[in-house]
Amino acid sequence: MSKFAQLSFQKDGMNKELAGFFQGMLENGAVEAVLVPMAQAKQGVRLSLVTSAEHTAPVDPFAPIAAVSGAKIASSLTARPSGRKLAMVLRPCEIRAVVELSKLKQVNLDDVLLMSVDCLGRYENTDFAKFQEQGGTSESFLENAQAGKTVTADFDIAGACQICEFPSADNVDLRLAAIGAGNGSVFIEAVTSKGKQALEKSGLQPGAAPAGRDEAVKKLTAARTEARDKKFSELRKEVNSFEALADKLSACINCYNCRVACPVCYCKECVFVTDTFRHTGDQYMLWADQSGALKLPNDTLFYHLVRMTHMSLLCVGCGQCTSACPNDIDLMPLFRTCADKTQARFSYQAGRSLEEEQPMAVFKSDELMEVTGQVK
Amino acid sequence: MSEFEPQIVAFFCNWCTFTAADLAGTSRLSYPPNLKIIRVMCTGMVDPKYVTKAFLNGADGVLIGGCWPGDCHYMNGNLKARRRVANLTEVLKQYGIDEQRFWLRWIAASEGTMLKEVADQMTARLKELGPSPLRTIGQMAM
Repeated sequence: MSKFAQLSFQKDGMNKELAGFFQGMLENGAVEAVLVPMAQAKQGVRLSLVTSAEHTAPVDPFAPIAAVSGAKIASSLTARPSGRKLAMVLRPCEIRAVVELSKLKQVNLDDVLLMSVDCLGRYENTDFAKFQEQGGTSESFLENAQAGKTVTADFDIAGACQICEFPSADNVDLRLAAIGAGNGSVFIEAVTSKGKQALEKSGLQPGAAPAGRDEAVKKLTAARTEARDKKFSELRKEVNSFEALADKLSACINCYNCRVACPVCYCKECVFVTDTFRHTGDQYMLWADQSGALKLPNDTLFYHLVRMTHMSLLCVGCGQCTSACPNDIDLMPLFRTCADKTQARFSYQAGRSLEEEQPMAVFKSDELMEVTGQVK
Repeated sequence: MSEFEPQIVAFFCNWCTFTAADLAGTSRLSYPPNLKIIRVMCTGMVDPKYVTKAFLNGADGVLIGGCWPGDCHYMNGNLKARRRVANLTEVLKQYGIDEQRFWLRWIAASEGTMLKEVADQMTARLKELGPSPLRTIGQMAM
């Protein structure tokens, strides 16, 4: 059973309470460092690594922004671990990517207290700046988004978030629970024994569970799942041929930002930047000769198909690919729709469990008989 | 107009299927010349990139031939290949290249006749299906 502790606050006091909680965790030695979203000096919110209890004041874990995927940061911090106890406060999509990276030994969770925030979505980076300019705060966002109002002026939460069915994360030690918590409070939910110990050490008193949470999470999940399925079927109709796919990707400039931003594009060195793809002038001429003309940079469709083959099994649907595209190609629906098929083929769901083996990491002799259709 | 001749890129494992092709040859079995055979050491080294690239460059079909499960010269390369083929099929299928154009078959070194049969069947199937949809797009759109 989970244990809950309630943080109550007056209007505009949420982050102060949360800062107090993290301060308590650091002071009482529950952890030695916290990775948590923090307000920057002028504007914007970024994940920050806090090691001093006196520096927790700017925390803003519910800020609707994920400038880069926290899973990549988690990898930087833990792949070669420091040995210090670290709490990581991440969004559900980032947690799911962390789960996948941990199976790939690119995240090490040994000294980590994994914490998630309830997520109602994030704004694109430029939209978040506008959101802040207009006086938006995490509190106002949580309140409005729970009432179904995520549209602010001329922008909405990221497309990935609009179809994300994971407002609350699994596989964590602690959850910062805001959905269904009621205005003026958030709950800290200790899920694992590690989480319970940390909650005890933080100095907060356990209390009642938020009454409306389960219901609210379920409702939101159902609505987002419906939106997701609608998006899938629309996209499958629209992009059902290579021609349509090439059209969709026609603005691509082969900058590979989407794979840089992707938390589960796990290769240390991407084949597309190796010598394999450094060709001689002769070679280009030959290709041009073959069909009379060759678009350059070439291999655009090839690159995206290879990425689909490679990482769609681990795709967590965070939408960082769309966010990173300098030419506004909406890649996320393409990859999520593909991931839906590839993951289903192996009854796999990226980020669901730390124990499930990644599909390309295992094989059996008596499986997938339909591929060859041959029986000896 | 002459009949459509499909181009099939065939990745054959050195130990089983390529040897079967050799056997088919020495046994004087004739099979369609539509297969362009690439000899690889194991189906486990057929990177999905090779298959994707073959289709993008206009192949009408891709055939991967390897040892039966349990017979792999490298213990389990063929089992890895089967997972990769299943995965890649799911990707390509969404855009119009499905199992009818992308085959994985187990053909042992002694099964020269099966090699001929598979080559016949695949060529005939692709003749029915017609050219790959990727042929019409051309390099200017890729």
